[in-house]
Amino acid sequence: MSDLLLPPEERYAKLIEEKFKEDGTELQILNLGPTHPATHGIFQNIILLDGEKIIDGEGTVGYIHRAFEKIAENRPFYQINVLTDRLNYCSSPINNTAWWMTVEKALGIEIPKRVQYMRVIVMELARIADHIICSSVMGVDTGALTGFLYVFQYREKIYEIFEEICGARLTTNMGRIGGFEREWSPTAFKKLNEFLEEFPAIWEEFENLLTRNRIFMDRTIGVGGISAEEAINFGFTGPNLRAAGVDYDVRVANPYCSYEDFEFDIPVGTNGDCYDRFCVRNAEVYESLKIIRQALDKMPEGPFHADVPDYYLPPKEDVYTNMEALIYHFKIVMGEVPVPITEVYHPVEAGNGELGFYLITDGSRTPYRLHFRRPCFIIYQAYNDIVRGSMLSDAIITLSSLNIIAGELDA
Amino acid sequence: MSLDNSTIQKYLISNFGMSVSEFHEQHNMLVFEVTPDSIHDVVKFLKEDSTLNFNFLTDVCGVHYPDSEEDRQFTVVYHMHNWIDNVRIRIKTYLNAKNPVVDSMTDLFKSANWQERETYDFYGIKFKNHPQLKRILNMDEMVSFPLRKEFPLEDSGRTDKDDRFFGRTVHNS
Repeated sequence: MSDLLLPPEERYAKLIEEKFKEDGTELQILNLGPTHPATHGIFQNIILLDGEKIIDGEGTVGYIHRAFEKIAENRPFYQINVLTDRLNYCSSPINNTAWWMTVEKALGIEIPKRVQYMRVIVMELARIADHIICSSVMGVDTGALTGFLYVFQYREKIYEIFEEICGARLTTNMGRIGGFEREWSPTAFKKLNEFLEEFPAIWEEFENLLTRNRIFMDRTIGVGGISAEEAINFGFTGPNLRAAGVDYDVRVANPYCSYEDFEFDIPVGTNGDCYDRFCVRNAEVYESLKIIRQALDKMPEGPFHADVPDYYLPPKEDVYTNMEALIYHFKIVMGEVPVPITEVYHPVEAGNGELGFYLITDGSRTPYRLHFRRPCFIIYQAYNDIVRGSMLSDAIITLSSLNIIAGELDA
Repeated sequence: MSLDNSTIQKYLISNFGMSVSEFHEQHNMLVFEVTPDSIHDVVKFLKEDSTLNFNFLTDVCGVHYPDSEEDRQFTVVYHMHNWIDNVRIRIKTYLNAKNPVVDSMTDLFKSANWQERETYDFYGIKFKNHPQLKRILNMDEMVSFPLRKEFPLEDSGRTDKDDRFFGRTVHNS
């Protein structure tokens, strides 16, 4: 039996004994997590330390595993959206939209241009919210709380926009098959415009606090680096991969939701270290803002949902007075909708990389199989390789720079 | 020069003959089947061949088909992506119900490590030559494989709620 199959503490006990016999060095085990403020989520790392240097580590994940894939096999499509909220809960609208797009691809539904632009706006807002958290938390982990509290006001503003659009803030359950559940209110557009006006200056100020800050640079440059080849081999996508210098972005490689209509750049780093990841995320925020502005400017007139009465709930007033609407309402709620037998893999660029939904339908009202390709889960397996040989405090900053979100890790 | 699906198909058939089959396109993605004996060679070839260049293993997951014949009850599905020509493919390999074993891809792609552990954890599909094949999301003491179709979603003894009334069952019967 391979040693790796043993629980890490047993494995390390042997190593500690051997090392002590060899030269009298006393190694020690540190249990980081499952609930530790520095891990930003519930996952455990058992680390073998020589003084402050990390010799080896093993991550234990699954503390908030909620069996979404199993639940999804027993729920009609519209009830699965609430599960996707809870994957990467820092940017739920991206997950929601990705799910609707997967279903629409499977059902063969054409989406009006206006809906696509609206979706692009919410997804980019969500990406900004995601990057706000990651970048500012990196500040916190290097000892600067101010920036974090400062930019969090603007995450709050993004949540207010979400609230205006869909009624919820964190776990948004946004949209329906074919579009949105309601037209965006004038307040939503007003808040969006206010955000676009105020936020860039705030973000610049935040960047000024950290990007050329001597302490921050010393703590992050050359720390937690990964080469481009390694990153690809480990399945990295998103900002973490781009920090290593690979310009892979699903929005460009496989444009969905009319991303091909917008002009934007893909920021890339060179070293793939914590500092590059920080800079790539910061630059991406500006690109997202650029996309939102273009989408607002170019947004065509039109309905806020596709005309698919088989899948899209009729207006409530009609349900009470109109027989046909009542029938559709009943059929949709009870999951009696036509579903073709097909298989779909739909990737989107989420906050942390390529989020993919692999959906197998068998003609019944529920998916036969639904698999989530969760970027965090795949990225996190490289963590111990990245931090091996570095200092404990560097491991903390590496963890926050990879932006591992426990919800997406465990699903 | 971009790589099209028929080229990939020709390349694979000329190199692997009968081991690769059932080529078809689904939503513009090439899908095909590989026998479990040659899946490792096929993935290695796809990765290392200078024309095919499938440099990225996007996803590995399992599927359970309890109603199929015994040799085809488990499926491992690989999604691969060629970033140079931007082509995606889906590879399936069907495994025997009694002894679902397939070669691990960890020597080709490090990203396969946890994904294969996850597949083992939920389906009991064993990956040969995997360095650390143990449970990952479920607890180590667990004996069943929860994503197999026979595993109930909830305690079947519950009488206080009936999913049929909420449109939550697989079929409406």
